[in-house]
Amino acid sequence: MRKGEKWFGLLFTFCVMAVFWVLLSGIFDAFHLISGLVCCAIVAIISRDLLVNGKSENKLLKSLRLIMYIPWELWQIVLANIDVAYRVLHPKMPIDPLIIEFETTLRGDFSLLTLANSITLTPGTITILVEPERGKFWVHAIAKEPADALLVDQTMQRKVANVFIET
Amino acid sequence: MVTIFWVTSLLIAVTMGLSLYRGVAGPGVFNRVAAVNIIGTKTIALLVVMGYYFERPYFFDIALLYAMINFIGTLVFAKYLERGELWS
Amino acid sequence: MVIVHVVVTVLLGAGVFFTLVGSIGLLRFPDFYTRLHATGKCDTLGAGLVILGAMVYHFFQYPETLLVPAKLAFLILFIFIANPTATHAIMKAAYKTGVEPWRLGEERR
Repeated sequence: MRKGEKWFGLLFTFCVMAVFWVLLSGIFDAFHLISGLVCCAIVAIISRDLLVNGKSENKLLKSLRLIMYIPWELWQIVLANIDVAYRVLHPKMPIDPLIIEFETTLRGDFSLLTLANSITLTPGTITILVEPERGKFWVHAIAKEPADALLVDQTMQRKVANVFIET
Repeated sequence: MVTIFWVTSLLIAVTMGLSLYRGVAGPGVFNRVAAVNIIGTKTIALLVVMGYYFERPYFFDIALLYAMINFIGTLVFAKYLERGELWS
Repeated sequence: MVIVHVVVTVLLGAGVFFTLVGSIGLLRFPDFYTRLHATGKCDTLGAGLVILGAMVYHFFQYPETLLVPAKLAFLILFIFIANPTATHAIMKAAYKTGVEPWRLGEERR
């Protein structure tokens, strides 16, 4: 990493730790604040490259698009839970599980994490395995309709690729 | 309002008892690990409601700490069951 | 004040309902993978709704301390990220160790 990015990583980690210290303690006198700043400085010096890696460009645009992606995902979470409640409380229990695998074009760490989390939180599917070199996912689906929504429609892969500006 | 919190915590405790049956009788070790994870998540919700029922604000810190302990515990169990050892 | 009580009751009731559905699914489903479907989704939202109801109650009952709702909001965010990750980790361990998935028409395990 270049020297400017090292200092940016240090400052960013220090600010995040200081915000969490003040948030979790709630006490604002001199002793607690100064000891908090000392602890945050030690932690930030030791682990400065854990939160920020200088590989990606357009960070501000990606963060804004990520914040705009969250309401759609919250709606999918509510739909998923209503679907599971219907399948559990129905007296005949209509499930027909199967395991599917597919490939995506995403290659970065954070975008694969977002897609795997979204697949686990949407109706009827849970991620089993992720292979990061070729972008392969193994997914366990609980019935035929959610598996088709993931394989044929591919709305979720397009939305995540739109957030992280990969093809 | 206090009775609403009391009834909520009682119902969450009943659902914890239902999950405990799967923790005792589940065939194999994976069912039991999943049941323990679920009881841990319900404990977090129960601690928050109890904090409002007894009017002690320090229960929320315990809930935050237990959320992290539960998460790390389940991950360590999964890693050990997959590889047979923790450090390679 | 009555409308705040009604909103908090509705949120707490929905949270307890989804938690109960998750537990019933844990008892009723025939296989390990399908049981994780029930608990990994329903329990996350159930706990999230209960904590959200407590947060709304705190806003109107004790409006001078605002750090406590921020702490509870961070707890909700942590649960929404940590629970699916733990579900995926235990499912990957079961798949690699060789637990067979259940097809329609077999007996319970």
